[in-house]
Amino acid sequence: MSDYISHDHEDDGIDRRGFLHCMAWAGTGLLWTISGGVLASKTLAQIAKAGEPLPTTDLSFLQISDSHIGFSKEANKDVTATFRIALDRINAMPTPPSFLIHTGDISQLSKPEEFDTFDEVLKSCRTKDVFYVPGEHDVLDGSGKLYRERYLKSLEGKGSGWYSFNKNGVHFIGLVNVLNLQTGGLGQLGDEQLEWLEADVKDLGSSTPIVVFAHIPLWAVYPEWGWGTNDSERALGYLKRFGSVTVLNGHIHQVLQKVEGNVTFHSAMSTAFPQPAPGTAPSPGPMKVPAEKLRSMLGLTSVQYLQGRSSLAVVDSNLS
Amino acid sequence: MTKLTQKNKRTALLCGISFLNLALFAIAGEMKDANGPGAATKNQIVIKDFHFTPQTLTVKSGEKITWINRDDEPHTVVSVEKQFKKSSALDTDQEFTTIAGAPGTYSYFCSVHPKMTGTIVVEK
Repeated sequence: MSDYISHDHEDDGIDRRGFLHCMAWAGTGLLWTISGGVLASKTLAQIAKAGEPLPTTDLSFLQISDSHIGFSKEANKDVTATFRIALDRINAMPTPPSFLIHTGDISQLSKPEEFDTFDEVLKSCRTKDVFYVPGEHDVLDGSGKLYRERYLKSLEGKGSGWYSFNKNGVHFIGLVNVLNLQTGGLGQLGDEQLEWLEADVKDLGSSTPIVVFAHIPLWAVYPEWGWGTNDSERALGYLKRFGSVTVLNGHIHQVLQKVEGNVTFHSAMSTAFPQPAPGTAPSPGPMKVPAEKLRSMLGLTSVQYLQGRSSLAVVDSNLS
Repeated sequence: MTKLTQKNKRTALLCGISFLNLALFAIAGEMKDANGPGAATKNQIVIKDFHFTPQTLTVKSGEKITWINRDDEPHTVVSVEKQFKKSSALDTDQEFTTIAGAPGTYSYFCSVHPKMTGTIVVEK
């Protein structure tokens, strides 16, 4: 692709044509990239086959989401197998990602044996460094104690498990929006976490690239299905002054993207089962698709950061 | 299942008089698989497509209420004002039972998917 930007009124690295183009690709479940306004299209499988290295980057990491280990219904009777395929794809990448981010719903029912299976399968992954945020399926005990004991032990998790860290000049923030949910509401961050976030970014220079990751979308994807976070506006307010903010989430088991000023919102596919597009089914429950189609609707997301570029390259690839 | 004690009954009565909506359910939640053919349908709330049906159920005080999950997704039953013991996460075909306490209106929701809400109206 050679879709260099032609109209960039907001100087945000995205023009309308390019954005719509991306959306079209996303809609087909194929792979797409935005990097500093330059669009490119390649699947990880193609890259692996051709032995072609990814462009030289300052940092590359991989987002994996919604493994739902323990799920065994019609939509996918073997979620452990598809999770394993996702890890095989990571292992086949010519340049392994520096680390993984898991955006929640590791398990289906927060059972110790489900977490055990996940941990065991994950051992096959060449990339060992993994950062987690919980999904609502990981905290069904109401407090997320088991999740925190297992997945936050090497991090200085605050409150109910949020934290931040720096890698290669990029500031990463893992947020928890699946606890203490209120009747009739959406995902929620809560005052304590929001105050922590405000303090966490206060001393950072505005040119610091920010990556925020959380399970439930931090934008109103489809509130009727609970696909949004009540107090996300306040969180985004603290990030407004930064030149590059990438917000990654899971939960909705499909690729959706929105760009608002300097903020790119992106939701990843699941490795377990797809969910319907907003409003296209009676409920957001697991979507049954023909067996031969399933893997084309599962996948993972690769993210690259090149110093000096205004936005990060976000690349989705499916498991077919 | 726990019976109401005399003390609880008095408390419930007092609450009922003072605050109609703050009366207590008996603490009697239990959860089990419900595939048996004899499963009762009286006062049953079906959880399907992320909805409680019926959304409002009217029962008599002392009657049993049962929720059954027919989704491929876990759900919970949680009293908004903590007026009755919450369920644990109900997997597909699992059910949760509680006993209607003093007359009043009880709002509840699914703590996993809080858009899902329902109401129990308990009559004398």
